[in-house]
Amino acid sequence: MSLSRREFLGAGTAAVAGTALAPGVRLIELAAARRPEDAVTAKQRWGLLIDTGKCSEGCTACVEACHEENGVTDHGKPLTDAQWIRKVEARDPQTGYAHSLPVMCLHCETPPCVDVCPTGASFRRVDGIVLVDKHICIGCRYCMMACPYKARSFIHENITDQKPDAPRGKGTVESCTLCVHKVDRGDGTTACAEACKEDGHQAIVFGDLNDSQSEIARRLKSESSVQLRADLNLNTGVRYQGL
Amino acid sequence: MTKIHYSTIDGRGLGFLALLGLFGAMILGGLGASYYMEHNGHIVTGMTNQIVWGTPHVFAVFLIVAASGALNVASIASVFGRAMYKPLGRLSGLLALTLLAGGLAVLVLDLGRPDRLIVAMTYYNFKSIFAWNIFLYVGFFGVVIVYLWFMMEHRFNRFSKQIGLFAFVWRLVLTTGTGSIFGFLVARHAYDAAIMAPMFIIMSFAFGLAIYLLVLMAAYRWTGRPLGDAVVTRLKNLLGVFVAAVLYFVMVYHLTNLYATQHHGIERFILLDGGVYTQVFWIGQILIGGIVPLLIFFTPLFGRSRFMTAVGASLVVAGGLAQVYTIIIAGQVFPMDLLPGMQVSSSFSDGQFAQYTPSLPELVLGVSGIGIALALTTFALKALPFLPDSLSDDLVDPHAASRAKAETAVEAEAAGA
Repeated sequence: MSLSRREFLGAGTAAVAGTALAPGVRLIELAAARRPEDAVTAKQRWGLLIDTGKCSEGCTACVEACHEENGVTDHGKPLTDAQWIRKVEARDPQTGYAHSLPVMCLHCETPPCVDVCPTGASFRRVDGIVLVDKHICIGCRYCMMACPYKARSFIHENITDQKPDAPRGKGTVESCTLCVHKVDRGDGTTACAEACKEDGHQAIVFGDLNDSQSEIARRLKSESSVQLRADLNLNTGVRYQGL
Repeated sequence: MTKIHYSTIDGRGLGFLALLGLFGAMILGGLGASYYMEHNGHIVTGMTNQIVWGTPHVFAVFLIVAASGALNVASIASVFGRAMYKPLGRLSGLLALTLLAGGLAVLVLDLGRPDRLIVAMTYYNFKSIFAWNIFLYVGFFGVVIVYLWFMMEHRFNRFSKQIGLFAFVWRLVLTTGTGSIFGFLVARHAYDAAIMAPMFIIMSFAFGLAIYLLVLMAAYRWTGRPLGDAVVTRLKNLLGVFVAAVLYFVMVYHLTNLYATQHHGIERFILLDGGVYTQVFWIGQILIGGIVPLLIFFTPLFGRSRFMTAVGASLVVAGGLAQVYTIIIAGQVFPMDLLPGMQVSSSFSDGQFAQYTPSLPELVLGVSGIGIALALTTFALKALPFLPDSLSDDLVDPHAASRAKAETAVEAEAAGA
């Protein structure tokens, strides 16, 4: 068989490309097995479903559990203390109907904080979790200006007793990590969802929005839910019922 | 036109040293304030998780906006070919550089981690207008330095139109970028408006020219160089036009917001019952920064008074700071709509008007930006020939001078008759 120069070049290019791409293809296959050491993939989209009908006013179990899990300390200064999750009391001024809901980072698909971050410290993992890389955050706080949910806190003073899983530092910005360390460990839940369940409310469900068999995906498909500030079209990973 | 001769300022007198000492003290104060803030954390400032940008940002944004505007005087000569502005170009380029340096220094020294400046210069997210601004600001230094070089080096004078046009376009893009920092914030009622970019451009025209006029008048007075009415009157009238244009843009911004019911809350807050913020808007921004300067500039009574011109330009600066304060601080004080149509409350100040009191370290840091800009300017004037020896009427605008002479003659004749 004789090859023309053109054919030889074509075949050669294909062979080189195949050699280069094959390990990558294999990696993706491995990741699909979802072993803990495997890379994060877009096959998952982690999120929460919060049923405000089950959330009781005055209960702050989720807040306490989150702050305990992540070592978010309270200096008794509500204006400057970090709050990764907070309880919001909402009341309709027309009807008087009131309810209570936890608000945290809503892990948007197109997060405004990630858009505006000059260094890329604010980033979104392909599995939908929005995080801050504390090593390249310069503390400009533009993300805090941009977040429609006020989900982010700036560390205003020295902090001690940090948790190994949740590094924090003065002069940088932080927010709910969707308990990324628990997710990566395969716990299948977050501190807030766990605490709410233990308290008997079960108002917070954690899960994979992309897994049609998961409780969260099934309920989102069969029951009505909303996004906060849906008008901004951010496709939040945290959804609410009963608003 | 007669050939213009430029020279450095003498800079050996007590006044010069006193001036540098004053600016030096402002800079040292700023560095101290910055160290204090970084060492203790921003807890020692008035800034909180609700008011995340405070007084340093007001000064920084003001200076950055003014920097691009200060370059206009040079642009008018190079780009629009107005001969009278040509001798004014060098100082214009210099102020553009020094004001930007002052503003950026404040911005950087306020960062949570100023030690990571190198990170900001090496990691870029190109969807961020902040990242773009880093390029626009650094590029501005480069472009204006080349522009100055071409203005000062006779061999390159003939290219000053091209580089001047390039610098002019660059500064328009730069101020668009600064305005877009706010224009691109979708979530907040006071921002998220395309008009922010052009409004910032016209603000820069006014703030930059006001500072230019003040520095020009001070430099000529303190060095005993002649400065004729032709230059001052022309710049003063131009400043008046810019101030009126700022008022127009502010009016359009608020009228647009007033038309949409969803923005009535923020408009009510700024225009009617926002307490100190309403006062800063009406008294600071509109009255002191707009109406009073217009009256001063265009009332025949004050027409030729240098003192009143300086007062007017100073008021434009003060009103400019009030305007940026209104945009940055009042824009954050007004709560965001977490659940539109609902009343909300929480431990994180949801649904509440945020509290903010500027702290001393913030103020000292902010003012140090002005110190940096003026110290650099003063030093540069001594180091290189930025200022023409004379800006007297017969030198810069012989026609105006002869017109004035003729007018005086006619008046004298009339008086005699």
